[in-house]
Amino acid sequence: MRHIISLLMANEAGALSRVSGLFSARGYNIESLTVAPTEDATLSRMTIVTSGSDEVIEQINKQLNKLVDVVSVMDLSDGDHIERELMLVKVRAEGADREELKRMSDIFRGRVIDVSDRTYTIELTGAGSKLDSFLQAIDHKLILETVRTGASGIGRGERILKI
Amino acid sequence: MELTGAEITIRCLQEEGVEYVFGYPGGAVLFIYDELFKQEAVKHVLVRHEQAAVHAADGYARSTEKVGVALVTSGPGVTNAVTGIATAYMDSIPMVVISGQVPTSFIGEDAFQEVDAVGITRPCVKHNFLVKDVKDLAATLKKAFYLAKSGRPGPVLVDIPKDVSNHKTAFEYPSTVNIRSYHPQVTGDANLIKQAAQMLLEAKRPMVYAGGGVILSDAAKQLTELVRLVDAPCTNTLMGLGGYPASDKQFVGMLGMHGTYEANMGMQNCDVLLAVGARFDDRVIGNVAHFNSVPRRIIHIDIDPASISKRVKVDVPLVGDVGSVLTDLIKVLKSSKQKPDAHKDWWKQIDEWRGANSLNYKNSSEIIKPQFVIETLHKITHGDAYITSDVGQHQMWAAQYYKFDKPRRWINSGGLGTMGFGLPAAMGVQLAHPGETVACVTGEGSIQMNIQELSTCKQFNLPIKVIALNNRYLGMVRQWQEFFHGNRYSQSYMDALPDFVKLAEAYGHVGILVEKPSDVEGALKEAFARKDELVFLDFRTDSTENVYPMVPGGKGLSEVILAEDL
Repeated sequence: MRHIISLLMANEAGALSRVSGLFSARGYNIESLTVAPTEDATLSRMTIVTSGSDEVIEQINKQLNKLVDVVSVMDLSDGDHIERELMLVKVRAEGADREELKRMSDIFRGRVIDVSDRTYTIELTGAGSKLDSFLQAIDHKLILETVRTGASGIGRGERILKI
Repeated sequence: MELTGAEITIRCLQEEGVEYVFGYPGGAVLFIYDELFKQEAVKHVLVRHEQAAVHAADGYARSTEKVGVALVTSGPGVTNAVTGIATAYMDSIPMVVISGQVPTSFIGEDAFQEVDAVGITRPCVKHNFLVKDVKDLAATLKKAFYLAKSGRPGPVLVDIPKDVSNHKTAFEYPSTVNIRSYHPQVTGDANLIKQAAQMLLEAKRPMVYAGGGVILSDAAKQLTELVRLVDAPCTNTLMGLGGYPASDKQFVGMLGMHGTYEANMGMQNCDVLLAVGARFDDRVIGNVAHFNSVPRRIIHIDIDPASISKRVKVDVPLVGDVGSVLTDLIKVLKSSKQKPDAHKDWWKQIDEWRGANSLNYKNSSEIIKPQFVIETLHKITHGDAYITSDVGQHQMWAAQYYKFDKPRRWINSGGLGTMGFGLPAAMGVQLAHPGETVACVTGEGSIQMNIQELSTCKQFNLPIKVIALNNRYLGMVRQWQEFFHGNRYSQSYMDALPDFVKLAEAYGHVGILVEKPSDVEGALKEAFARKDELVFLDFRTDSTENVYPMVPGGKGLSEVILAEDL
């Protein structure tokens, strides 16, 4: 089953490789991994999308907690949460396609953030599945470049990951 | 007053009460060696290979309750140390390894003797640090010692660039450590302890399975008290030997791949299993599905939550220090009105299994049987020696036939299975216990993996007794080839062996060749009578002898091969 795990870790050199090294050394899957500093400059927040049996996910949580740099871990999939991913897509936008691509972007609540004579760059935010749907909805031949951030997640309501 | 990084390093070691540093100098650690030279509190033991430095620090730590310390230079110094670090990591041994690094301004430029020490050791350390600023050095070393010995112990590497060891700063050794992300749980959950006690009181066929955690936590006393209280048979893992007295009537021997029949059958057939500081390793419980096919309830005490329910699902997880949890569990058991049943039928069953006499072997008057050497060693040393071992058949025979009654006497590489561990580990043990008897049980294969340390032993007058069971084969490999690879002894014969007696003599030691069973006892007596000398005993043993019982890899604990089956 797919899980989305959030964690706070010390903003130390090498902390990221401790986490990614753990996943490769123990043979765990990583579908995506994002990391960036938080409002507290000494902490980074990481979101990992992974999959595995309940036993494997339990081990992943325990092994992450064991890393000295990791301050706290939360499996967002254990409760209500919100998941978002950002995607930038550069498409060939010429002739009739120009209008059609703008229309599709609007339907998916995307924004055209860069325009040239022959291209659009569209920004799209949402759950991963929505981004997948957009890519399927437009003419595949027109896609020049896709950049996705991987999922970020946060608990709903009072579910908070803090020290 | 400001001190250099090198001075700070030595001051920190002094503050930690470090008695011995095992190491090897080189360019990147010259400032640190210069400071070592100027003082006497911290003694340096010069090994002949960095792997041996780490094993020696490891043996020192295993035989005491202290943190072992090794010091190596950058590049090949630290890569040579990696096997030792991984060995300590797998067996959770408290250790601090200080490595030199090229100057900070050279890092990343493929400088001479540069290697990414933190990167290379990351998967086999509890934690590691690269110190880029001398101001962080004292606090980092404090953290390193704290991390190494607290919680589930393990090796910690501190990588110090050469310029950092020469830069100056004010020195103050922190009295406390606070790592906000690191708070190992020491005390067990009171409710779960009550549940565990109840389960043990109601058990019809209880079994206690105790591992290296008992040794590391110095909890042999508590374990013994608890086992007697619940009237259960007790087995030890390879790492746990000595955690429960082997001569006690409730002891059923070591379990696992080469465990006794009664220990393995007891594990398989008990209704309540108390696992103490052990981790259900593949060499211990064999095939997990086979083990799980019999219903039993499991209580698991371990300081590392990640060890619990990793391979086998547990009913009562007790996270905490083994000694602390056992003490609390004993209190609850003692205060309970209910007394455990007398497990008469269970003991009758255990005794039946004992009747299989699974460690029995056919002695010979013609050829030396390795088991006989270990039994005689036990007799001559009154079971009171510190025994280190290498890896292979001799290791299993030592574990099976040297009956350890005390903890920290049995020093071996259980998790990683590192050949070449025994001799350097014995050096650490002998330095930690100067007046005590230390023997290294080894084979002609393993001993050659760190034989250069005979030179270190000479320099530091370490009167270790090397008990080489020389069967002219990589015996464990040969055994598996006999059992599972159609007797094709691919590369397992040791050809062109050196004359170990002459070799020992060349290093300035005493060597004794023993070829007849009738000479075994006399040779051992002579060796141990030479209290101040290292004696290398080259026992020419039966080259076809196998280790029994054996649970083949991937099989269940009750699917055992006994000596008489063949």
